[in-house]
Amino acid sequence: MIRIHNVTKIFQIKDGEPVTALQDIDLEVGEKEFITIVGPSGCGKSTLLKLVVGLLPLNQGEIYIREDKVTGPYRDVGMVFQQPILMPWRTVMENVLYPIEILRLSGKDYRRTAEELIELTGLRGFDKHKPRQLSGGMQQRVSICRALIYDPLLLLMDEPFGALDAMTREDMGFELLRIWRERMKTILFVTHSISEAVLLADRVVVFTPRPGRIAKVINVKLPRPRDAEMEFSPEFREHVKEIKDLIFSARGAANGAH
Amino acid sequence: MRAVTEKYIGPTLTLLAIIAIWELAVRLFSLPIWLLPAPSKIYLELGDWWTALPKHIWVTFYETFLGFTAAVILGVILAVIIISSPFLRNTVYPLLVVTQSVPKVALAPILLVWLGINVWPIITVAFLVAFFPMVVNMATGLTLIPPEMLEMSRILRASWWQVLIKVRFPMALPHFFAGVKIAIAFAVIGAVIGEFVGSDSGLGFLILSASARMNTSLGFGAIVILSVLGVGLFGVVAGIERLLSPWYLEEEEGSQL
Repeated sequence: MIRIHNVTKIFQIKDGEPVTALQDIDLEVGEKEFITIVGPSGCGKSTLLKLVVGLLPLNQGEIYIREDKVTGPYRDVGMVFQQPILMPWRTVMENVLYPIEILRLSGKDYRRTAEELIELTGLRGFDKHKPRQLSGGMQQRVSICRALIYDPLLLLMDEPFGALDAMTREDMGFELLRIWRERMKTILFVTHSISEAVLLADRVVVFTPRPGRIAKVINVKLPRPRDAEMEFSPEFREHVKEIKDLIFSARGAANGAH
Repeated sequence: MRAVTEKYIGPTLTLLAIIAIWELAVRLFSLPIWLLPAPSKIYLELGDWWTALPKHIWVTFYETFLGFTAAVILGVILAVIIISSPFLRNTVYPLLVVTQSVPKVALAPILLVWLGINVWPIITVAFLVAFFPMVVNMATGLTLIPPEMLEMSRILRASWWQVLIKVRFPMALPHFFAGVKIAIAFAVIGAVIGEFVGSDSGLGFLILSASARMNTSLGFGAIVILSVLGVGLFGVVAGIERLLSPWYLEEEEGSQL
């Protein structure tokens, strides 16, 4: 589904040393796989997402989505950011239909789809509300609907629940899994929460910072469907410990252990 | 409704009190009329001028209105041009911000030389003072898009026009109206200054000629009318804004669920 091959990204900072954000990234993502990417801040996780959708040029390597080599903005992707970035002057329904307008598709045909998505994300009855009338979690649900409206191949999520409080965050995680079961998409999900990464993913990609490299890709051994109880299972704790060790040992090495 | 009445009752009473104190003070200290006329005298003087006044009010009004309208239209167009290119954004925009502090009214005498003694230099001064705050406000408003919104639009390969119409314009609406409100207030000032420099009619002309003849009552009367004109035009703009009931006004009034 996605092939990331030998990718390196270097940022040229004005009047400064070039910064290698990502180095020699190799990753293959299967059809309808749920991948989480976890690592400390500044490890290039978000940069990788931007490379996959073609928002940034590569310095080295190539990325393929199915048979297409990514060279510019890749349309068949839905994106969810940390902030819901809804348009305050539009209703929930109008926000969800924004991509349809931009793609010049018929709003009538997609209204039904939008209603289904609004229903699926538990926003039924809120389609005529303005974003300011919704809580942070509900606003993020709207932005998930907007990302799914044109039925993209791929869903990229950049710390989508990072701005929510801890309880809402956990709810939203399971909610997302439910949506994913209904609308099987390939998902790349960036987070800095290790437990979130383990709880959601088929595979967790662990990053180490500066330059960002993949330390390990872990197959999560928890059965599906997932539930909150699994956080207390030995497998879950084993995964969390492994990821922590990977991140902190790398950080210790980088800082010259104290 | 009660809140609205309460909002206006205080200022109105204060204004009435000031007028009363003014009237009393002038009578008590028997100030000469050329120095400070009593409000009642100003009122009587305006009554004497009642037939000639509409013409002067009309002249100042249309000078203001034409200058203001041109400022809004050209201001929006230039703002769109500026934000459309990073080069212009980095070169023209900072200059425009600096021009905010340049006294545009000082150009009035030169404009008179260029355009002749007629309404055009006056309209031009009104335009100039209204134009700059309009451009700067609009350009600022148009650049206030969250970067993620642009990224999302880029993934969808939205055209520059689509982003402008669907995202930038609605987003800039609060700044647009802030600019328009400054523009209308400034345009009145511009028109009056223009009239001071060279004209044969208008409220500015009336103030100047009344002062020359030591008719302070008429001068004050013209100023009162000018204030009413300025406040009235501002009120019309604010009213239009409310009528359109844009999203940010709803936000102020509404509350979170």
